[in-house]
Amino acid sequence: MSFIDIRGLKKTFGATTVVHDFDLAIERGEFVSFLGPSGCGKTTILRMIAGFETASAGTIAIDGADVTRLPPAKRNVGMVFQAYALFPNLTVGENIAFGLRIAKRGAAEIADRVAEMLRLIKLPDLANRYPWQLSGGQQQRVALARALAVRPQVLLLDEPLSALDAKIRVSLREEIRSLQKQLGITTIFVTHDQEEALSMSDRIVVMNEGRAEQIGTPFDVYTWPRTRFVASFVGTLNLLEARVVEPAGGQLAIDGREVRAARGLDERAPGSTVTVALRPEAVTLDGSGAANGVDGVVEAVGFLGAVVRIRVRLDTQAITLDAFNQTTVRPPVPGTRVRLAFGADDLLVLDDAG
Amino acid sequence: MKRSTVGSWISVAIGAIYFLLPLIATFEFSLRLKRGVYSFEAYRIVLADPSFQASFLYSVTLALATIVVGVVIVVPTAYWVRLRLPRLRPVVEFVTLLPLVVPAIVIVFGHLRMYNSQSFLPLTDTSFGTDLLLTFGYVTLALPYMYRSVDTALGAIDVRTLTEAAESLGAGRIATLARVIFPNIRTGILSGAFLTFAIVIGEFTFAALLNRPAFGPYLQLVGANRAYEPAALAIIAFVVTWASLGLIQVFGAARREARK
Repeated sequence: MSFIDIRGLKKTFGATTVVHDFDLAIERGEFVSFLGPSGCGKTTILRMIAGFETASAGTIAIDGADVTRLPPAKRNVGMVFQAYALFPNLTVGENIAFGLRIAKRGAAEIADRVAEMLRLIKLPDLANRYPWQLSGGQQQRVALARALAVRPQVLLLDEPLSALDAKIRVSLREEIRSLQKQLGITTIFVTHDQEEALSMSDRIVVMNEGRAEQIGTPFDVYTWPRTRFVASFVGTLNLLEARVVEPAGGQLAIDGREVRAARGLDERAPGSTVTVALRPEAVTLDGSGAANGVDGVVEAVGFLGAVVRIRVRLDTQAITLDAFNQTTVRPPVPGTRVRLAFGADDLLVLDDAG
Repeated sequence: MKRSTVGSWISVAIGAIYFLLPLIATFEFSLRLKRGVYSFEAYRIVLADPSFQASFLYSVTLALATIVVGVVIVVPTAYWVRLRLPRLRPVVEFVTLLPLVVPAIVIVFGHLRMYNSQSFLPLTDTSFGTDLLLTFGYVTLALPYMYRSVDTALGAIDVRTLTEAAESLGAGRIATLARVIFPNIRTGILSGAFLTFAIVIGEFTFAALLNRPAFGPYLQLVGANRAYEPAALAIIAFVVTWASLGLIQVFGAARREARK
């Protein structure tokens, strides 16, 4: 049995259902991200695991024990909030000690644990500061230490990096991940930032409108998005309408140009329309030997430094591709006719039409 | 100088005269007990009067009791409304403002009707019972001020997230309230407490109609029978009120300073 076992979880507020029949099994020590736009239900699920919201239906079990109806204080689940939520009247040391004091641990044990946590978050000298004397990044590290001090079974992170500067966000996410690995604590991380989810997680749950659209490793979710939503939310993808020509051979037509997809067409009828996805980095301008080649006209060229982003118009649709900037070759100018090349494996046929 | 500035200075001056002149006159009068010289003789007599000491002590005790009862009632209520019943806030605010609309004399007649010796709860039978009744009456009188102060302080902190943070660390309701919410709204509670203190010290209607030896009725008694002492008492009462307001400022400023 999994360490965290969520079955048939549902949450309704009045007439609106924000979480529909959600199932998820998380292994001990795993780092799982809930990724999705705001209002997709990811935070609501996290809050139900923490006990701040009551599930309308379904069960949540942690380490074999059903916690669905337990109050938050009895769940032994650590939580880090977007707004830090440090207690303003307490010093850093007292904040970290809070949970241990509530648990009535001995003074010596508390002092040891606080010192240990401060070393862990690399702020050993700040025990006597107050929260308002710290930067946002420092406050969030203290919040992390406070949540970990009581040795929770599960660590829940509710968009902990969203309020921080871009630079601190990147360094702190690496720090959180290495701490998590070091302690081996089962962690659920809620974010709307695909880069955070991709770079930190063992598995990602991509959420949309209260449902899990896809659950998988970052590599799988990025490389093989199952639905149009996942494809558009994780990374930047070309989404194209294609007509099925010959399902068995994977033959499709995009704006009248015949291409071949390696898989995903088996159950489609000839003549029907499907949505296909194509990663910008999978397309090249001079791909002799690639399975697919389509002609088009360069419509726009964006110079991003290391990468040149080129939009090529077919007829009604356009394909964007990313090419590395080569110092010896000038980027093409708009109006140039080019031939785009990509592999049959790179053309992803998506599950749904929407 | 522009015309508009002259106009505002004139209105400030009129306001200052309106408030300060009677005060200065009262103070000046209170110093004239001895013929021909200014002295603090009236203050000496008042402060040495055993009834002054007894009534003042009585009112201070009652004020402290009122503050304790008021805080115990208002803080958890305002906290709970902010946390779980935000839609009820306008209703609760309206209820807490009622004591400003209903005159004290009406409230005290209501009390006398409800709790007289023939009632199901004859509080007025004993002096302790009457003191209790008076305290609860004062809690009602001070409710608008106490509630506002506490509610404003609660509005300045993120009540919900702090509560959830405490709960996720294993704290129950009472521990959360005592260790997290209370210390973070201390300034608001203190403001409410000093306002309550100032109100109770000068209150007359309740104490007089319930026939208790409070400072308000004593002021009235002295005022009816003496010439200079009432002026001295008025100044003393002012100083007490101002000290309360000053302490609110001091605590408020200390808090703001700490936040910087």
